Amino acid sequence: MYRYDEFDQALVNDRVEQFREQVNRRLSGELTEDQFKPLRLMNGVYLQLHAYMLRVAIPYGTLSANQLRTLADVARRYDKGYGHFTTRQNIQFNWPALKDIPDLLSELAQVEMHAIQTSGNCIRNVTADQYAGVAAGEVEDPRVYAEIIRQWSTLHPEFSFLPRKFKVAVTGCREDRAAVAVHDVGLRMTRDDAGEPGFEVLVGGGQGRTPVIAKTIRNFLPKRHLLSYLEAVLRVYNQLGRRDNAFKARIKILVNSVGADEFARMVEEEWQAMPDQELDLPDGELERIQAYFAPPAYHDLPDDPPAYAAWRRHDPEFARWVQANVAAHKQPGYAIVNVSLKPHGGAPGDATAEEMEAVAELADRFALGEIRVTHEQNLTLPDVRQEDLYELWQALAHHGLATANVGLISDIIACPGLDYCSLANARSIPVAQRIQERFADLDRQHDIGELKVKISGCINACGHHHVGHIGILGVDKKGQEFYQLTIGGSADETASLGEIVGKGFAYDEVVDAVETLVDAYLEHRARGEAFLDTYRRVGAEPFREKLYAAD
Amino acid sequence: MPLIDRTGWAVTDPWVEVETLEELPDGQAAILPAEVFQEHRHALDGRNAALGVRLPNDQPVDEIAPDLHRLDAVVLEFPAFKDGRAYSQARLLRQRHGYTGEIRATGDVLQDQAIFLVRCGFDRFEVDAHTAERWQAALRRISVVYQPGRDDSTPAPWRRHARRAAE
Amino acid sequence: MASKAKGPKAVTANRLSDGVVVYLTPDDRWAETPDQADWAEAPEDQEALLTRAQAFAGTTVVAPYLFQVIPQADGTPRPSHMKEVMRANGPSVRPDLGKQAELAHPGTGEER
Repeated sequence: MYRYDEFDQALVNDRVEQFREQVNRRLSGELTEDQFKPLRLMNGVYLQLHAYMLRVAIPYGTLSANQLRTLADVARRYDKGYGHFTTRQNIQFNWPALKDIPDLLSELAQVEMHAIQTSGNCIRNVTADQYAGVAAGEVEDPRVYAEIIRQWSTLHPEFSFLPRKFKVAVTGCREDRAAVAVHDVGLRMTRDDAGEPGFEVLVGGGQGRTPVIAKTIRNFLPKRHLLSYLEAVLRVYNQLGRRDNAFKARIKILVNSVGADEFARMVEEEWQAMPDQELDLPDGELERIQAYFAPPAYHDLPDDPPAYAAWRRHDPEFARWVQANVAAHKQPGYAIVNVSLKPHGGAPGDATAEEMEAVAELADRFALGEIRVTHEQNLTLPDVRQEDLYELWQALAHHGLATANVGLISDIIACPGLDYCSLANARSIPVAQRIQERFADLDRQHDIGELKVKISGCINACGHHHVGHIGILGVDKKGQEFYQLTIGGSADETASLGEIVGKGFAYDEVVDAVETLVDAYLEHRARGEAFLDTYRRVGAEPFREKLYAAD
Repeated sequence: MPLIDRTGWAVTDPWVEVETLEELPDGQAAILPAEVFQEHRHALDGRNAALGVRLPNDQPVDEIAPDLHRLDAVVLEFPAFKDGRAYSQARLLRQRHGYTGEIRATGDVLQDQAIFLVRCGFDRFEVDAHTAERWQAALRRISVVYQPGRDDSTPAPWRRHARRAAE
Repeated sequence: MASKAKGPKAVTANRLSDGVVVYLTPDDRWAETPDQADWAEAPEDQEALLTRAQAFAGTTVVAPYLFQVIPQADGTPRPSHMKEVMRANGPSVRPDLGKQAELAHPGTGEER
């Protein structure tokens, strides 16, 4: 993974000291809250229901074991012993004191971590496929370009005060595990007719109040033009994005209002007018960054060694964990391990300091010291030898980190909701927990198969409910928590927005409603068909009929 | 409000700002709203003193681009410091149109923006006394940049390769 | 929105230094539990309460606002809206954290 040089380190150190001064100016009253708020947001500091919340960046979801250990330490010493992994591959701490945050950031800076631009109207954490570098069929490791974009976008003098937040995601494969179609800019690596790698550029995707699937504005962009083209997109947005209404200020609104073709033309015009090569990286810089993402020195190992196959035969629990949580690695003899942070009854995406340390230790022992954070709020160990999987599984199980539910109904994505968030209208975590409880039987979960449930506690959609196979949106109906259901959303390369099924359900009814949707699926599914495929084949009516049969 | 230069030094302001053609003082450097300038550009030909315009932040700089050779100052606005449109305006004036006159920042301008403003090509700033005092220190706060700018800092990608070349 | 509704209201905010939820008391302190909060029924008294609170918005608290309360038999106010109940107690999914935990086990709260 990327390692800071003296320049990267100096910038992060300087930003910590600049933020320390800003905090002091606020504490002394020199800055009003109105002045301080944009400044603290630019460094990831929110004020939530119970306390401040700090969102620490995990660039493109990649962490070293040492960084994860430091996050555990920070959780223990500055917070209440846990953190929350988010749908943008970052981590959130829910209880830091403002006056302590500069020191906290100083400690993070020592392990090359920061909270720069994790909030505010600027370019946010660039997210990427959590299987980057280890999945088959990748054009190139997208994290190389995520790192290039990260540097270019950090404290960018022209784009630090945009109309609204700006989110970029990159995928290196046709399989999209980075949800690029619901980002402000999505980049899909691809090849031109001559086989040269480059990017398909999508713009104007997003969720929130106005969910939109992004539009392709450029089928192929050569790699060397990546930054200049992004600069053109941002310049058009900075100048023309709406500033009169925060709910209409994202780039998706601009793209919709002028039309994708016209938007593409405006970007092209701006881009063509830019001085040639102004933003090309100097010779050697791309290679320097690529070197950090070169594949490790894999050993020459047989695929599916006999011992591994034998454990699967003899230990059905292990076999079930392999089936749900282990993915194919491009290197024979290796595997990708997903660590579920969705134990039944836990808060989705939360990890205690002890759990973080356990994962860090296991990453060092079994996974070449690297961990990934997924936008579905789980962790991934990207490079595990198949011959080590049994031992790793036992160790994970010992720490409660081996729930065999990745991609299944109890692998729920949920925002913090009304339990933590000042924007929320309803709780999301207890709804997730009660769904897990209803479907606690893992055999039943495996029989149901892949079913992505996503829960948001308000219309801002941080739980990504619009792209859930089943989406749940919490609303406030006359002071009571109420939930609207959608079905058929998807965040992958077949991206779609969920369809509202009908009238909503009270807190006491919503889990029954979800179970009814699952029953409807089981009744209609063709052999081997997942929930999403059944919906796409039969439509919403069979689900509605069953759900509202009593009405 | 004090006027400072890029390094934070207070400078006297040679410009007077007026709203209409009628108010334009004879023989003195004056700034007009861009709209007024455009309406009367021919009447202003051969004016015996320097001329500048104030361009609202929702107007494209292209509108004054043909006349930049006659303008010695452009005043850009920050109605709220969160409103970052003027950064793009300044950058386009410098880079796209090669403008070498004064670009002034007015409105809600805090020390926290100093680095961004200077790097986008602003060279005069209307700020309160407190901000003026802190400007220089604010400029020195961040010692590394990743992007090219209109100040004299070399972006990190070039510094790292210059260092390697020297080794 | 609670602040548009009628009925008794008190003022709450978050403490500037550490974000802890606080309530304005009759003697202009910021207490950590709502039962100590000053409250008022008439709109003009509520405005006066908010004005008193805003004097502290420089260096003591952040963004004070009025919220609905239900006065108890002993005259002390209790929050009525679920969001304010949540702020007074702590996250419903972590009864071991926040004010609810400190009230159950006094002295286990962290020094700030």
